[in-house]
Amino acid sequence: MSDTPQYPIESGCPDGFQYLHPVMKKNFGNWDFHERPRPGVLRHVAKSGDEIWTVRFGTQRQLGPYEINLLCDIADEYADGYVHFTIRSNMEFCVADEAKVEPLIQAIEDAGYPIGGTGNSVTMISHTQGWLHCDIPGTDASGVVKALMDELHEDFTHENMPNRVHITTSCCQINCGGQGDIAINVQHTKPPKINHDLVANACERPSVVARCPVAAIRPAMVNGKPSLEIDEKKCICCGACFPPCPPMQINDAEYSKLAIWVGGKHSNARSKPMFHKLVAAGVPNNPPRWPEAAAIVKTILEAYRKDALDWERTGDWVERIGWPRFFELTELPFTKFHIDNWKGARNSLNASTHIRF
Amino acid sequence: MADTPKNPERHHTFMPSEKKSTKAFYDTPNLDELEKGPWPSFVTGIKRLAMQEEFGDMMVDLLGQLEHSYNTRLGYWKGGTISVFGYGGGIIPRFTELMGADGEPMFPECKEFHTIRVQPPAGNHYSTDMLRRLSDSWSKWGSGLVAFHGQTGNIMFIGTDNDRVQHFFDDINAYGWDLGGAGPCVRTAMSCIGAARCEQSCANEMKIHRLLVNNFIDDMHRPALPYKFKFKVSGCPNDCMNSIQRADMAVIGTWRDDMKVNQEEVKNFIADKGRKYVIDNVVTRCPTNALSLSDDDELAVDNRNCVRCMHCINVMTKALSVGDDKGVTILIGGKRTLKIGDLMGTILIPFMKLETEEDYEKLTELAEEIIDFWAENGLEHERCGEMIDRIGLVNFLEGIGVDVDPNMIATARQSSYVRMDTWDEEAEKWNQRKAG
Repeated sequence: MSDTPQYPIESGCPDGFQYLHPVMKKNFGNWDFHERPRPGVLRHVAKSGDEIWTVRFGTQRQLGPYEINLLCDIADEYADGYVHFTIRSNMEFCVADEAKVEPLIQAIEDAGYPIGGTGNSVTMISHTQGWLHCDIPGTDASGVVKALMDELHEDFTHENMPNRVHITTSCCQINCGGQGDIAINVQHTKPPKINHDLVANACERPSVVARCPVAAIRPAMVNGKPSLEIDEKKCICCGACFPPCPPMQINDAEYSKLAIWVGGKHSNARSKPMFHKLVAAGVPNNPPRWPEAAAIVKTILEAYRKDALDWERTGDWVERIGWPRFFELTELPFTKFHIDNWKGARNSLNASTHIRF
Repeated sequence: MADTPKNPERHHTFMPSEKKSTKAFYDTPNLDELEKGPWPSFVTGIKRLAMQEEFGDMMVDLLGQLEHSYNTRLGYWKGGTISVFGYGGGIIPRFTELMGADGEPMFPECKEFHTIRVQPPAGNHYSTDMLRRLSDSWSKWGSGLVAFHGQTGNIMFIGTDNDRVQHFFDDINAYGWDLGGAGPCVRTAMSCIGAARCEQSCANEMKIHRLLVNNFIDDMHRPALPYKFKFKVSGCPNDCMNSIQRADMAVIGTWRDDMKVNQEEVKNFIADKGRKYVIDNVVTRCPTNALSLSDDDELAVDNRNCVRCMHCINVMTKALSVGDDKGVTILIGGKRTLKIGDLMGTILIPFMKLETEEDYEKLTELAEEIIDFWAENGLEHERCGEMIDRIGLVNFLEGIGVDVDPNMIATARQSSYVRMDTWDEEAEKWNQRKAG
């Protein structure tokens, strides 16, 4: 650190306007329509008649100077020197001249980056840090995503799905990956193991007690030391106590499993936004390629691709065909765990005679 | 691609021939497996960084620790308290917990491996010059590894030690970059590409985004709220920023006059896709049956019953578009599971014009009311939506001075267990508002 530290300049969020392509600046708020001439390419036409062509591609998200300079070189040589990132970490280069699109695509593909992620494709998986950097991860994030995107590469570069598919991964139940058409999330299956020697020094015990959603944690003296104990029958293994108290080790090489959820949707299009719902659990957390999770994801995607109507997101699709059909088509087992028992659960039950035979 | 690259030195699989770092690579069979396959590999990227002279050894050890995690299926980072001078947050400190039998770190070069959260420009736009400059600064003071972007929306500069955090911040702060939020504070916001490129935009997303966040910059840099508070801005109800579920306060563009129909383009669309396609994919998919196609292929819209879901506009991008009387809808209280269960945001303000500076001022005043009330009344580690769940929406509305509105509910009360002594007064308020 410098000897005389300077007060920070609290400039906050920088203005994005300064980094806009000049055509986007000129036509800001005055766009007319768009179309997708091919997967990975968008053509937006302004009311002025100006056009902007976008080429979207996937990356490894974690970028170093080599990748950044390589991709910026391409953006400078073949595009117009501007870069946009989508919320799902895809990169986009925009050009004003249609003639630049093909050479730009060629240059990006020559560097090995997949063009796609637009429209009714399986776009990049949104994910977090996992074992690479998180302090509470039950699994890796970048690795799961790399393994899955290898499998779904064709679905990224083609628009073969009924509608867009957003897949997410999360390394704990905080669910940083967010809602997904398909979500792959860690689900612990055993209560935390407590290191009683460390609790008194590492944890503020009342906040840990307060953190538990089912009031299963209480203060206790263990071996003469102030610690915490868990009512293991009550514990739902959510891991909420672990971040404020790392001696309550929830992650386990064997019992931290993956669960797969379907039908999360943020958009208001057609139906209201929906949360994803549990479809499979007990899936092994199996690095480096997580084949069991990948197989279930591919099974769900295939059933969705074959059976959903155009424009139906996975959640719309299941609403239309009903859950019995979903389990029939995917051949996933339906268990007592699929029936919710949390607050408000009765709203998730079928209070009608609406049954599909 | 699995095919041999045309120019191997300009390809994501490229590996320099000369290793400038001093530490030997560990055996990493699990991670090596993730260098196969067509998708660009983050492992190859980290290995490339590990060949560098500066910070190379740190990345050699990072690969070692990550491989260890792949073997044991456990994570080995713990948090701590690191910040920069003048701020209380914005850094995610990481210290290795992986100790050998001697009590010393097994991978000492990455024993400190902090992430610096930096706010991206509104809309996630960059020039190549600026990306290179940020990357150069990070290569000077840190590992060089950057994620664009984390799930909250920050640029994540991953991997540096205690001493260099301040240097990196000073470096980029001098040319216009500021830290994001971490901990119980206002967090970095997100906004969609919106008006910059999208015809569906009903708002100036960048302006709203910067106005809200920069108004609370003190609450971002000095965490002192009950828990995190997130703003997200989407230009239309497609909500590409996932704001209803992921933001404590979601600002979503919408319009209140009629949507626009270009009947000529409707006919062109039908000529191209067929009438059945339009009936099956547009007319019958309207959630409120507000569309009807007449025998001469004219598309009629019942605008009074259109809920602005965007579906038909998404399908017929040339023929249909949003109206002219644009504004925003504001929803409050979205969040994921912990601790009380999932909550979608719910409507707080059905429609608000954002044209004049006074309009924008009203928006920031509303955000201030909300954050002040929550800061006073929220419990520790309680998100705004959880507080509303605990105290009831009406108490919250009274606390922040917003009137009830039937747009706030999906259905009116079903339970009769309620005291309604002041019914007449409340009815009178409604009548007066209606008259006024």
